[in-house]
Amino acid sequence: MTSPATKKEYDVIVVGSGAAGGQTAYTLSMEGVKVLMLEAGRNYVPEQETPMFQTPDQAPLRVASTPEKAFGFYDATIDGGWTVPGEPYVQSTDDPHGRFAWWRSRMLGGRTNHWGRISLRNGPYDFKPHSRDGLGFDWPISYEDVAPYYDKVEMLIGVYGTSEGLENTPNSSPGCLLPPPAPLVSDYLVQQRARRLGIPIVPGHRAVLTQQLDFKRSPALLHPGNPKAQKIIAAHMQQRAACIWATDCGRGCSIRANYQSTTVHLPPALATGNLDIITNAMVSEVLLGRNGRAKGVKYIDKVSGAEHQAHARVIVLAASACETARILLNSKSTSFPNGLANSSGKVGRYVMDTVGSSVSGQIPLLESLPPQNEDGASGHAFYAPWWGYQDQQNGKLNFARGYHIEFGGGRRMPGAGTLHGIERFTGGSYGKKLKEDARRYYGSFVGFDGRGEMIPNEHSFCEIDPHVKDKWGIPVLRFHWKWSEHETRQAAHMQKTFADIVEAMGGRVMGKVQTDGAEAIAPGGFIIHEVGGAIMGKDRQSSVTNEWCQTWDVKNLFLTDGAVFASNADKNPTLTIMALAWRAADHIADKMRRKEL
Amino acid sequence: MTDRRTTIKWMLAAAASMPLKAQRTWGQEITAQPLARGYGTDPGLTKLYHPGDVWPLTLSASERRTAQALCNVILPDDGRSPDATSVGVVDFIDEWVSAPYPRQLTDRPVVLEGLAWMDAEALLRFEKYFAELNESQQHLICDDICYEPNAKPKFAKAAAFFTRYRDLTVGAFYSTPAGWKDIGYIGNVPLTKFEGPPAELLQKLGLGPGHT
Repeated sequence: MTSPATKKEYDVIVVGSGAAGGQTAYTLSMEGVKVLMLEAGRNYVPEQETPMFQTPDQAPLRVASTPEKAFGFYDATIDGGWTVPGEPYVQSTDDPHGRFAWWRSRMLGGRTNHWGRISLRNGPYDFKPHSRDGLGFDWPISYEDVAPYYDKVEMLIGVYGTSEGLENTPNSSPGCLLPPPAPLVSDYLVQQRARRLGIPIVPGHRAVLTQQLDFKRSPALLHPGNPKAQKIIAAHMQQRAACIWATDCGRGCSIRANYQSTTVHLPPALATGNLDIITNAMVSEVLLGRNGRAKGVKYIDKVSGAEHQAHARVIVLAASACETARILLNSKSTSFPNGLANSSGKVGRYVMDTVGSSVSGQIPLLESLPPQNEDGASGHAFYAPWWGYQDQQNGKLNFARGYHIEFGGGRRMPGAGTLHGIERFTGGSYGKKLKEDARRYYGSFVGFDGRGEMIPNEHSFCEIDPHVKDKWGIPVLRFHWKWSEHETRQAAHMQKTFADIVEAMGGRVMGKVQTDGAEAIAPGGFIIHEVGGAIMGKDRQSSVTNEWCQTWDVKNLFLTDGAVFASNADKNPTLTIMALAWRAADHIADKMRRKEL
Repeated sequence: MTDRRTTIKWMLAAAASMPLKAQRTWGQEITAQPLARGYGTDPGLTKLYHPGDVWPLTLSASERRTAQALCNVILPDDGRSPDATSVGVVDFIDEWVSAPYPRQLTDRPVVLEGLAWMDAEALLRFEKYFAELNESQQHLICDDICYEPNAKPKFAKAAAFFTRYRDLTVGAFYSTPAGWKDIGYIGNVPLTKFEGPPAELLQKLGLGPGHT
């Protein structure tokens, strides 16, 4: 997919090729801007490399997790995980609660190749959290500023779901969403019983094509007045197949039926002829010109080890929140001794993840059901948006922000871990009895995952470690981490809620219901919703960028990834990253046309 | 596929088992160790792999004999599906205990010592190796160790081994085509439509539209 022949001069350099880089490059190249994309990982071709129907018995260890493939053998992560060979990072403490685990993926398309595809909009409250409860920060934009871009992203990438009109859970414009997939038996059961507890269960939103995209109507709405762009995207929409209801989305999708940057953003962007991509290009710093503008980037060709420079009128960092912060902090000059665009001292500050906590239950009602194919859209047909906004406003809860519930059961593809721990229900059966028990219990388990908002705090940040460098000689990040009681209490609330739902389903909780929130909460970084580190704001003292993802200090330097998030709502960040990247790229293209950049 | 819940469990266990000295710099300890024996961070995903392809298998002939006998006691041929050994479960267990990863390195002594215990116990009780015992003799030993909460203190370690070994056997068996067929997994096939559960099943369970 990458183009080896590169030009000498580009309008824009985009560092990173995931959700942020992909969207930025897509929008700019469709607008006629000449873009050079630099990706630290290798080229990746989903059409050829995706293990679509491979089975566990065809893989080492029946696909079990290892440090080299943390989400299992077939996961679409290359040279990545919570540790990356040769690219260490440092923890500031031995305290397990003070650590941040940093997931990276070194491949074209980055983490979009394997992500969960859950695509939820931030609501109006989520952009003004400080105004509501006095905690954290307001964004310099409101929901109304982003809504048109949510519509566009949903139409472009394809998101299934429904508009339910629930509080702080926005509707999409008509025609934006694809129909949701059919739920499973376990989904219906959760829905019925959770509703009895007052918890709403509605169709989920995921970037999976439950039917072909509307290639006749959408192109004109995505690219008004731009017939070339309309023609290109219409053609690519027709090349993407609808879901075939098999093979886990985490493997990636060779028929382009779900969103990953490599199947959705990059092919049409390349078709414009305006995008060149260099892979294995590890960017170490942004170069500052004498005029105070960014003039280019320095990168290492990971194959040869040689150092290169690339130059452009505008530099966009979309390397993932913490990698973007790292590049800025490593870009030191006499004007910016503490890192580029860091006159506020806020680069690296306010790193956030999502609050996560899980409970599983065994449900007798789901035992011994007749075999049926429950692969579906690989999960998340339903979810529970946060239902406690009024309780929080009225002071009835001891934590300030909400969470949503993701859950799943069903007759999933059995792997190495299937039915582990079954002796808890069988009293230790083996032999023919165990085979009978396996038939009875398979498909009778339902898991609940809470995904909650973390409020940015002064104790969760990254900085450059003074001693450790990676194998390319680039100084690495050192992480500091602390959950506040708003997060740990929320995690404890998740545990109790999930146990209540399991009980309402007539089931038994597997393991212990954790009442201590500090133990219930997944460690920082485990949910892989890393955002913040260069937040946007209303002034240059308290933030790194303005509402256009443009750094206050360097006019032609933009950050279009999760680094600019001023809060991390419970909604999974990827859809918002893309909406903000599209908005920023529109702004860049507009300013370039006016010769103001 | 491995879901995030499983991965997080694994990650917590891995983090807890890291030596204290290596805890502050994450990622560096991996490069300090030879990776040649694992499949690396960029293995071909569409290739067909067999146990022994990536790292050598290490069980001895006598260990494999005991492993095979125990697998088949845990999951015997019952007329609906074959026994564990005939779908490659012993090869998987050999691959597992021979693998160069932390979880598997932790399991290795548990499994090897457990297999040795099975033979020692068989010799003690019946003066034969476990694989040479008849079914009722094998069951007499397994009944003492098949459920940890009920095991006598002197069998505690053997019972912990049995729990682990049963999990490995079950996971390996039910992730094969024969295991899928037995357990009723009928997915992994392309469909033009996905319609969800049949209406009569929902009706029977009192679920779906109209049921609250």
